[in-house]
Amino acid sequence: MTANFKISVLFVIAVTMLGASDNCLIHKYILRQDLEDGAKPKLSDFAFYTGKISELVPAPNVFPYEVNAPLFSDYAEKARFICLPEGQTMVYDAEEAFEFPTGAVIIKNFFYWNDASVPQKGRRILETRLLIKEEKGWKALEYIWNTEQSDAFLEVAGAAFPVSWIDEKGKKQSIEYIAPNLNQCKGCHSYDGQFVAIGITARQLNREENNENQLLLWQKSERLALPEGFDPASAPRLTDYRSTDHPSYVKTSAGKQSTNHVSAAARSYLDANCAHCHNSHGPANTSGMFLDIGQTDPERLGVGKAPVAAGRGSGNRRFGIVPGKPNESILVFRMESDDPGIRMPELGRQMQHREGVELIKAWIREMN
Amino acid sequence: MYNSHKRFKHLDDTNQRLRRATVGVFLCLGQRNTTMYRPFLSILLLSFANALPAQPELEKQLQTLLIMAEDGSTVEFPEGTFTLSNTLSLDAKKNVTIRGAGQGKTVLSFKNQKQGAEGIKVTNAQNIVLEHFTIEDSKGDLIKTQQVRGLSFRDITAQWTGEPKATNGSYALYPVQCQNVRIERCTAIGASDAGIYVGQSDSVWVTNCVAKWNVAGIEIENTTNAWVWKNKAFDNTGGILVFDLPDLPKKRGGHVKVHDNLVTRNNFRNFAPKGNIVAKVPPGTGVMILATNDVEVFNNKIWDNKTASTAIVSYFIAETPIKDKDYNPYPSRIFIHDNIYSIGKRMPTWKSKLGFIFWWKFGKRVPHILYDGIQNPDWLDVNGILKPGYEICIRNNENGSFANIRADKLGLFKGKISKNAKPYDCEF
Repeated sequence: MTANFKISVLFVIAVTMLGASDNCLIHKYILRQDLEDGAKPKLSDFAFYTGKISELVPAPNVFPYEVNAPLFSDYAEKARFICLPEGQTMVYDAEEAFEFPTGAVIIKNFFYWNDASVPQKGRRILETRLLIKEEKGWKALEYIWNTEQSDAFLEVAGAAFPVSWIDEKGKKQSIEYIAPNLNQCKGCHSYDGQFVAIGITARQLNREENNENQLLLWQKSERLALPEGFDPASAPRLTDYRSTDHPSYVKTSAGKQSTNHVSAAARSYLDANCAHCHNSHGPANTSGMFLDIGQTDPERLGVGKAPVAAGRGSGNRRFGIVPGKPNESILVFRMESDDPGIRMPELGRQMQHREGVELIKAWIREMN
Repeated sequence: MYNSHKRFKHLDDTNQRLRRATVGVFLCLGQRNTTMYRPFLSILLLSFANALPAQPELEKQLQTLLIMAEDGSTVEFPEGTFTLSNTLSLDAKKNVTIRGAGQGKTVLSFKNQKQGAEGIKVTNAQNIVLEHFTIEDSKGDLIKTQQVRGLSFRDITAQWTGEPKATNGSYALYPVQCQNVRIERCTAIGASDAGIYVGQSDSVWVTNCVAKWNVAGIEIENTTNAWVWKNKAFDNTGGILVFDLPDLPKKRGGHVKVHDNLVTRNNFRNFAPKGNIVAKVPPGTGVMILATNDVEVFNNKIWDNKTASTAIVSYFIAETPIKDKDYNPYPSRIFIHDNIYSIGKRMPTWKSKLGFIFWWKFGKRVPHILYDGIQNPDWLDVNGILKPGYEICIRNNENGSFANIRADKLGLFKGKISKNAKPYDCEF
């Protein structure tokens, strides 16, 4: 009761001081209080969405974004949004994550369609991950949705619960879904031990949505500051590895795709799914295997590279990548495994990403 | 030698300060003492019921404790066996102690682990103490600590239960990229790679520990300033390994002292998955030094290791191509002295190429100290002897027979063995 009272008081103060939707963090102070009090603040408290919250209709200072190469998360779909404080902009960077104003929030909702072949049958939102830009840096928060889909609640220690859905082929899938705890967020969002944003880069966001370039669109709406004379065609861009003309997605298609395309798609896949840890400043730098898109040294990518501390993750294979031989490459073994002590990525995946594995296999097969 | 230990004195001081500053953050589960701890509970505001919560709920509470732990606090895990499904992680904390009720009393079991590549993971932290508990059967490593400055493991049993097997996780205690590490009175059992594995770290103590039924008992890898003393390494495939490997961010280890250890009966079959360097360690290895510089091995009892009581080898022996241009594959400044050796007449293993070579060359009379003889030509003087600064010295060992298998010139099998220890009779 006391906690509720505090929340209401702070809410009133916060709203009075800042106005309802001027700032993404009107409830920042309440939230702090809540973390200390152990109470459960709700996602709805942020007012990111208008109307029925599960519809995810963004409020005026909230807008959606899409990426070129998504991180595989057990086939979960993601609805991504950015909340910028009124009148503030993101600043473009060609290589690193964009610079965000204090008070900005990156919002990622994870859901499954009840029936992926018939999206009209609705969806179940499972969790919402927030990255909040504070003065001293980024902070993560994790919200778990209730089954009624009326709201989501803060869970610092994450959660695990069974989920099932019907996939695009009409097959029923079920897993024990695992939402990360706050430390695990940093397991990936880490650069030299500091908390960082990952996917908000030029190479991920430089893409067309409804025939319009996402970055130019944001420039027009004064959400993004681009350098003068910015040209999307010459800016970094990851290949969308999901593109349907890709052999790993349409295996029966007669025309064999060019090696170039496979290579670009594979490198893009590795950049998005592995390089947040496997870069020279990330948590997996202990391995000496770096999979970022800018990596040019074949051995750093794993070619002919013996494992360092892979343990049973080596799967009795000798090298990270054996050119031409995907089934002798440790990289493929770890992508195929669903054993927590073997699988890669270590977090956020329990199922095998069949299409991803096929893509990486095709890439290795075509290597000389 | 022992003077060098004083560099850790500041850590002692820190730990004392830590102990004084310990605030009671107790996880209280049972009926008893609930009332007593109520004030602490109200600080935490984790509403523990008087009855033991169901395991998933309990796991969440343990993890919540670690996330919410204030700098300077102690998180106590009570007596009991806890079955955990996910890694317990601690990140970006200072001066935090995680303490159990004792080995065998507080047991963290990861037998049913579903998520996470380790049992406990500590990252980006300072002055962390882990003590007094048993941790077992995780799918990957048992305790991994990365980027921690000031770290103590004390009185921990870290083990995979049952017969040692390839499906056991890799490392029991695994500090990597850490500084000022003390591993004391710990027991590591059943690792399919290394029981106590210190990687890419600096200033490390491993003392009064027991390592058994691991592939490698204790392994110091690409680590500088490590002291390994008064441990017992037995019934592993290899007892104590000091390795420098290529392709790592921390290029070179060295300045390692291995002394007053009991390294015995390390004849266990090698159950490491292939691909890993330890999969190449022959059963029957006592102490192995691979491509590291400045290593002193002395006053150890190295008994009944049937294949190579002490081996000094280059990375070439692994027969893995080297692509790292900054890597030095040769051992240098190695000093083996005042150890007590005994093997008796035992066949070296056939189940490894190296072991097979030894058997081929020596039959039942394998010398105690083996050197692969593969040398960097730039390090030799006109007489073909290693120049000062690169020397291999072997002196005053009890029963310390020596052989250079001269794998350099003639390949592994053809080299004409030299048992002449004269060129290596030196000290520094």
